[in-house]
Amino acid sequence: MTSEPQFTTDLEPLPTHAFGHRSLTWWGIVAFFLIEGTAFAVAIAAYFYLMNQDQAWPPPPFLPPDLLAGTLFTVLMLLSEVPNTIAKKAAEHEDLKPVRRMLIAASLIGLALMILRAFEFASLNVLWYQNAYGSVVWLLLVLHTAHIATDWVDTLVLTALMHTKHVSGRKFVDCAENAVYWRFVWLTWLPIYALIYWLPRLAG
Amino acid sequence: MTAKKKKPREYLRDGPDFTGAPLHEKLSETWRDGPGLIGWIKSVDHKSIGKRYLVTAMVFLALGGVLAALMRLQLSGAEQEIIGPDRYNQIFTMHGTTMMFLFAVPVMDAMAIYLVPLMLGTRNTAFPRLNAFSYWMYLAGGSLLWVAFVLNIGPDAGWFSYTPLSGPEYSLGKRIDVWAQMVTFTEVAALAVAVSLTATILKKRAPGMTLARMPIFVWSILVVSLMVIFSMPSVATASGMLLSDRLVGTQFYNSYEYGDSLLWQHLFWFFGHPEVYIIFLPAAGFVSEIVQAYTGRRTFGYTAIVLALCATGLLAFGLWVHHMFTTGLPRLGYAFYTAASMAVAIPAGIQIFCWIATIWTGRPRFMVPLLWVIGFIVTFVIGGLSGVMLASVPLDLQVHDTYFVVAHFHYVLIGGAVFPLLGAITYWFPKFAGRLMSERLGRIGFWLSFLSFHATFFPMHIVGLQGMPRRVYTYPAGMGWETFNLISSIGAVVFAASVALFAVNMLLSLRKGERAADNPWGAPGLEWATASPPAPYNFAHIPIVADNSPLWNEERPVAYGLRVEDREMIVTTAVEAWPDVREPSPEPTAWPLIAALATTVLFVASIFTPWALVIGAPPVAAALVAWFWPKRHHEGEPVIE
Repeated sequence: MTSEPQFTTDLEPLPTHAFGHRSLTWWGIVAFFLIEGTAFAVAIAAYFYLMNQDQAWPPPPFLPPDLLAGTLFTVLMLLSEVPNTIAKKAAEHEDLKPVRRMLIAASLIGLALMILRAFEFASLNVLWYQNAYGSVVWLLLVLHTAHIATDWVDTLVLTALMHTKHVSGRKFVDCAENAVYWRFVWLTWLPIYALIYWLPRLAG
Repeated sequence: MTAKKKKPREYLRDGPDFTGAPLHEKLSETWRDGPGLIGWIKSVDHKSIGKRYLVTAMVFLALGGVLAALMRLQLSGAEQEIIGPDRYNQIFTMHGTTMMFLFAVPVMDAMAIYLVPLMLGTRNTAFPRLNAFSYWMYLAGGSLLWVAFVLNIGPDAGWFSYTPLSGPEYSLGKRIDVWAQMVTFTEVAALAVAVSLTATILKKRAPGMTLARMPIFVWSILVVSLMVIFSMPSVATASGMLLSDRLVGTQFYNSYEYGDSLLWQHLFWFFGHPEVYIIFLPAAGFVSEIVQAYTGRRTFGYTAIVLALCATGLLAFGLWVHHMFTTGLPRLGYAFYTAASMAVAIPAGIQIFCWIATIWTGRPRFMVPLLWVIGFIVTFVIGGLSGVMLASVPLDLQVHDTYFVVAHFHYVLIGGAVFPLLGAITYWFPKFAGRLMSERLGRIGFWLSFLSFHATFFPMHIVGLQGMPRRVYTYPAGMGWETFNLISSIGAVVFAASVALFAVNMLLSLRKGERAADNPWGAPGLEWATASPPAPYNFAHIPIVADNSPLWNEERPVAYGLRVEDREMIVTTAVEAWPDVREPSPEPTAWPLIAALATTVLFVASIFTPWALVIGAPPVAAALVAWFWPKRHHEGEPVIE
């Protein structure tokens, strides 16, 4: 500074971590929502664009995907919000025991979802190279799988981390934000579920 | 750590009793990069990353410029065979791709990474490791493209790689795959910077710097970062789809299997048009800062300019289809996209009038940066006018894919972005380097550039209207195009020399330039409150801001009480910038580089086999986990204070 500074505000009393929009992590997560949400929106736009070009959807003789695996996946995903909410609240209260328990639950649910997802791929009734309908359906499912895989690995890492000496206020913030991210993952799934499983039935 | 040493209280935090030289020493120790090459690699300092981004972008500018010179050499006369058609296809594709993806966007990122934290009065960006990662990804993507070009695997379907030409049916080999994967690299890099800058701008501002007191350049970067976030996923998804069409036989763009090649154009231009404003808006931000500094008055119409920046950002997403007028559209499509394209001239015009008003009512000092601004205004207005012409469908149908379009976009991109950039580099050079650039060489360079630019590109309007198509490696004699092309080619040689002169000026000034004071121009922004060049920690005490020209006030209020033994930064509220939280800032680390290397292996291998995604993912995941895993058990407050 060129001239003498006037000391007016003491920052020392400020906290060293905070939750929600007061934390930097939250803003990072929101930015990634926007990026990934835009990628989904683009894929969905491509889906409608291609659908609009065609006489029938799916193009004959292909059948719409079988419902069972995808619907089970959707139900489990919705139910996962229960431990997710508990984990988020516990993290905000910096209550370690329930956080650890719910992270383990979330890790197991993630594993179950990944297994169900494998069955989903097998029940699409079309392969990615057979036509553009098949390509875009696979695109949506692969994109979303990348999402749950990312968050699953993130959850596994946090689960391990919260069982080490590194537990601290800021790590609770990470747990709370991980729960927020999981909400994004299941919220984006709902329109994709409708597009993959229901629209071909209604439009066909 | 600090608790164990039991140091006296004044050594733990900055404040009235710990300031001046001892504080400088302590903070430098905490914030400086490690020594040697390892320290350089591990750096997460926004100034180091910004500078290496800038130098790399300038290297790509030079490479892209050499390609331009080669094209002008080939086109200097009719029916020349200096360069064959295949090589020419690669050269114009490489030129466009290099300039757009490897120079224009990254160079604006470079300036923003360096300047934004200084302008906001903070010590580093939010997520500085993400910035480091971004740089390595950018370097890897650029290297991939250029190594491939040297090996004769350079892409050859134009910088927008239209399907079906770029699809598996018409482009054999790996040239297009290299292009598509380079897109992935640079989009990852640009998105990472956008996330970091958005969070920095919203959460790291000096206390008191409300949104309405932010420097206009920072506003432009906020708008641009949001535009990057909303536009780049489109091209990344589209190029991923193109790669998969080529590699695993998906049918997205294949009209024989229910696909559609125009889908590519929509997805590309949904990114490609905002891209132009992603390049232009930071330049508009430079101009607002420069006119303020060299006229000694606040930029006229701050609110109007900020609203114009936001309006441009929004409108940019509503006019991508004007690149597709010749593909056939519904009537309503023509009308809507024409109207939207013409509407974008309004916010551009508002800004130009505000800058003119600032110069008119201030006390202008016509130094080199202000000369660039005036050159910019003249050139950009001409480019804007030809843009309004192109927005009209009947004219566009006639001149689409001719040199008229080439002239137009070089006027708006070079005139609109490179001229302000060169002015901005001259203006902020003392901050980067601690020395001033030569005013004399700068003036000569400016006039050479300005005149040769117009000599190069103005004749292209004429040959374009006469029907000369772009992207064709030569043209027949007797069309009446030879003289104009020769003028363009001579102009291009001089223009290249003038840009080289700018680089020489930078290099000479770096070594022998006049030493710069902290605020050599008497400018009002916080970046000028730091030393030239800034200390590793930027600000010894965090400044407090009461209006949008803080250094033009007598008072220098500061906040204090940040810890000095560790990298600690202040987080403020998003709108009002109230001090809210003290958060640690990440230490230097090599993990972003390692993560970028793992990602590079994955991306490059996936040009050749889809299994790369499966085999390459675990190393990337491992690197990211190691990056985020806490390295030492040390957090929170010291016990004794």
